Amino acid sequence: MKSIAKYFSGLFTGIKSLIFGMSVTWKELWTKKVTQQYPENRDTLVISDRFRCELVMPHDNNNEHACTACGICQMNCPNGTISVTSQMIESEDGKKKKVLDTYQWDLGMCTFCNLCVITCPSNAIKFENTFENAVFTRSKLVQKLNHEGSKLREKKKEQPLTPKGE
Amino acid sequence: MLLNYSQPLEVTNLTSWLDSALRSGLSEFWVLLIEFVIVGALLLAAYAVIALILIYAERKITAFFQARYGPNRVGKWGLLQSVADMIKILLKEIVKINRSDRFLFFAAPFFMIVASMLTFGAIPFGKALHAIDFNIGVLYVTAVSSLGIIGVLLAGWSSNNKYSMIGAMRSGAQFVSYELSAGFALMTIVVLAGTMQFSEMIEGQRYCWNIFNGHISSIVAFVIYLISGHAETNRGPFDLPEAESELTAGYHTEYSGLQFGFFYLAEYLNMFIIASIATTVFLGGYMPIQVHGWESFNGIMDFIPSYIWFFGKTAVLIFLSLWVRWSFPRLRIDQLLNLEWKYLLPINLVNIVVMVILVLTGLTLTDLLPGLF
Repeated sequence: MKSIAKYFSGLFTGIKSLIFGMSVTWKELWTKKVTQQYPENRDTLVISDRFRCELVMPHDNNNEHACTACGICQMNCPNGTISVTSQMIESEDGKKKKVLDTYQWDLGMCTFCNLCVITCPSNAIKFENTFENAVFTRSKLVQKLNHEGSKLREKKKEQPLTPKGE
Repeated sequence: MLLNYSQPLEVTNLTSWLDSALRSGLSEFWVLLIEFVIVGALLLAAYAVIALILIYAERKITAFFQARYGPNRVGKWGLLQSVADMIKILLKEIVKINRSDRFLFFAAPFFMIVASMLTFGAIPFGKALHAIDFNIGVLYVTAVSSLGIIGVLLAGWSSNNKYSMIGAMRSGAQFVSYELSAGFALMTIVVLAGTMQFSEMIEGQRYCWNIFNGHISSIVAFVIYLISGHAETNRGPFDLPEAESELTAGYHTEYSGLQFGFFYLAEYLNMFIIASIATTVFLGGYMPIQVHGWESFNGIMDFIPSYIWFFGKTAVLIFLSLWVRWSFPRLRIDQLLNLEWKYLLPINLVNIVVMVILVLTGLTLTDLLPGLF
């Protein structure tokens, strides 16, 4: 007797749950489509700010960056993507100082792990969400991040402009 | 004569005109030969066109269920997508498999396609759009549509591939089980309608469709027929013969090009055939909605041609099958057989007895409310 009751209760709860499942998919049928029509909607496309596509070194209006050429990012990079070359210069008061010469980043080898940005002590680099990175030759993937003629931002300015990190 | 004026969009006039034009100049033999060829060509064309439309419709509806757009690049709204796919599949190489049973390997797709093609002849698409009207139409359709399983089993066996073999065996078990339920569900309605001929069955549903006429019993039979028909087409939650996560593609793993295209086509056409038989048997076939006494309403409904009614009702059922397909997860083989042998078959057997009692004691809607239905 118990097994008969179990049979019928199982049957009806099964039918109920199937109908419930179909009602869920019916609602889903009328939801907004999530597909992005990419090349057409380039102007209105919204990419999350946290999406990591391209490593950049922010420069301010005076063409100054925050990179001290310490090379921590280069050491932390798991793929050897970054190579920082520095040079020693002598300032006017006779001190020797290490300044950035070229900051080279190879997009083709980067895994976008963000370790360089996390470990940078002076928040000199960050990832941007500009995702259209395709180029025709591999050599174009190697980018120089510091601008031509840029220099290190002085710390003793009245208004220290440290860019906010992530 | 009144009929001609009230139903101007029917093809009855065209077919009878063609027949009399042929008969006026030719002998009986040539008339029949020409008409057979025309009907055969039309059925083949309809077969291909319906398959293309179904493939497009399925991809679109599937996409909407998954909040996507579906094909929308080839032609307006992607309308030419399935045509492009067809051309691609025609151009592909037919690969010959080493150590396969060559003859059976090539014969298998034809069994599939011939089985669904034979069923096509017996389906009433509309008034005068019925190739052959057997007096045992229901039996014929059930018998012929089950030939397709031979194709599946041959494909699985001759491919010399264990995945194909397992897929074909599963398909065989599934098909044999569910054919039983589908047959019994149709028999329930045969009891109600008192005939096995499709045209008489449709004529009997002029004012009250069979699904309403036998109320409880009919609705149960309808649901069971849809479930088992769905299972027979190897789709939706019952697609374990080709469960791609376990068996790559099941029985048609080794097929390519046009031969794969045959299996693909037959799958979609089987879906259409199941829906159209359900339409004919349960939902009044090509009959428009008619109500006793509402003469002007009946006239308007009659104005819509019968083939539109048929394809409309069929489209609703096909949508239902796609809805089911994208709602439920795939069954395991034991669950599949449990569903059939422990639930559908006993319910079906009780149901057919209930239907007999309803008909004998005069409890069907046409008997209870003769003025209304």
